[in-house]
Amino acid sequence: MLLSDTSRAAIKDLLFRMADDCLILGHRNSEWVGIGPVLEEDIAFASIAQDKLGHALSLYTILHEYLGDQDADTLAFMRPEGQFKCCHLVEIPTQEYDIALVRHFLFDTADRLRFEMLASSSFEPLAQLARKIKGEITYHTMHANAFLRQLSRGSEEARFRMQSALNEVYPLALGIFEPSEFEEVLAQEGIFAGEVALEKRWQETIIPILEQAGLMVSIGAEATLGGRKGYHTEHLSPLLEEMSEVFVVDPTAEW
Amino acid sequence: MITQNEVQEAAIWQALQDVADPEIPRLSVVDLGVITHVQVDDQNKAFITMTPTFSGCPAIHYMQDAIRSRIASMPFSEVEVKVSFENPWNSNKISEQGRAILLETGFAPPPKHDGYIELSVLEDVPCPYCGSRNTTLQSPFGPTLCRSIHYCNACSQAFEQFKPVV
Repeated sequence: MLLSDTSRAAIKDLLFRMADDCLILGHRNSEWVGIGPVLEEDIAFASIAQDKLGHALSLYTILHEYLGDQDADTLAFMRPEGQFKCCHLVEIPTQEYDIALVRHFLFDTADRLRFEMLASSSFEPLAQLARKIKGEITYHTMHANAFLRQLSRGSEEARFRMQSALNEVYPLALGIFEPSEFEEVLAQEGIFAGEVALEKRWQETIIPILEQAGLMVSIGAEATLGGRKGYHTEHLSPLLEEMSEVFVVDPTAEW
Repeated sequence: MITQNEVQEAAIWQALQDVADPEIPRLSVVDLGVITHVQVDDQNKAFITMTPTFSGCPAIHYMQDAIRSRIASMPFSEVEVKVSFENPWNSNKISEQGRAILLETGFAPPPKHDGYIELSVLEDVPCPYCGSRNTTLQSPFGPTLCRSIHYCNACSQAFEQFKPVV
């Protein structure tokens, strides 16, 4: 596959954004193991975490096999914080279940739509992976939609908490779509239609579901930006430290 | 006319019936539908391509090694087992024999789909023990990525379904 230097740089930037989002959110989701509000939610978040780590692994593997980057473990565990391209949404700590659920809904809807768009990408290794992953994520959005509706239609307190969580998380979610310097190249080369197009589809998808749940997004909310350029919240560094602890001590360890 | 290579390829498909899904030992990797291509070239080299049920499946490398060691005893100059998403897995790829084995082992086989899945498909599952359709979906996520948890209201038995995936 012949790629120009600009195309390579553009694809790498896109893959790192996606892989880092999946890796970090996978880690956050895994924090629910053992403390979910009910056993089924423990299992659900653990399964979703496992899927996310699998998606991160597959994306890092493309970077390794086709774009000359290091192997997946090294990319996941050895990069300094400033090289991570994840958005702030995935970094914030697992606090209450309402925050986790709203984040899961907003992120996974965007993730599913992104993989649907990438299923026809001109970069074939990514298109193949996207065609596989979009089927798996259907289960994530199904889960998120069902619980969002149920909880928001519960008691007055439940609806209030879901709305408060949405108010807090929504600006962070807008940061998913922080444009890159490569938007034009990606679109021209048929690699990816771009963050603006994705955000539009995302808005069209989430609004009816939020309406059914009786929830509203704040008009004029401003996106929290910076993650895609390597500027992160204070929560990422401790997470990376914890996640890479074993690998850093002994990169050849098996577990 | 059947070539020598095709005879060898058929022998590989047959041998792969001995390699089991690590979670459901009666189910072979062939019946599970994860073997997507088998080829023997003129240098007597064997190429096997496989694909995971879920991209995050932790058993894929275990299965890859098991396939390699099963074929190693056969008279090929070299064996290559590759994991690829070129021809991705979906639950329709489980063979008829595989579906029968799932049912006998206590798993509801995935309903056949035409490229689209809704929650209602996952909810309407006959019990693998008594056949009743009076069942409830407990969780679309189960003990492994490819299974969901259900409960049969007729025979009061919890059971798992091998999930439909597009």
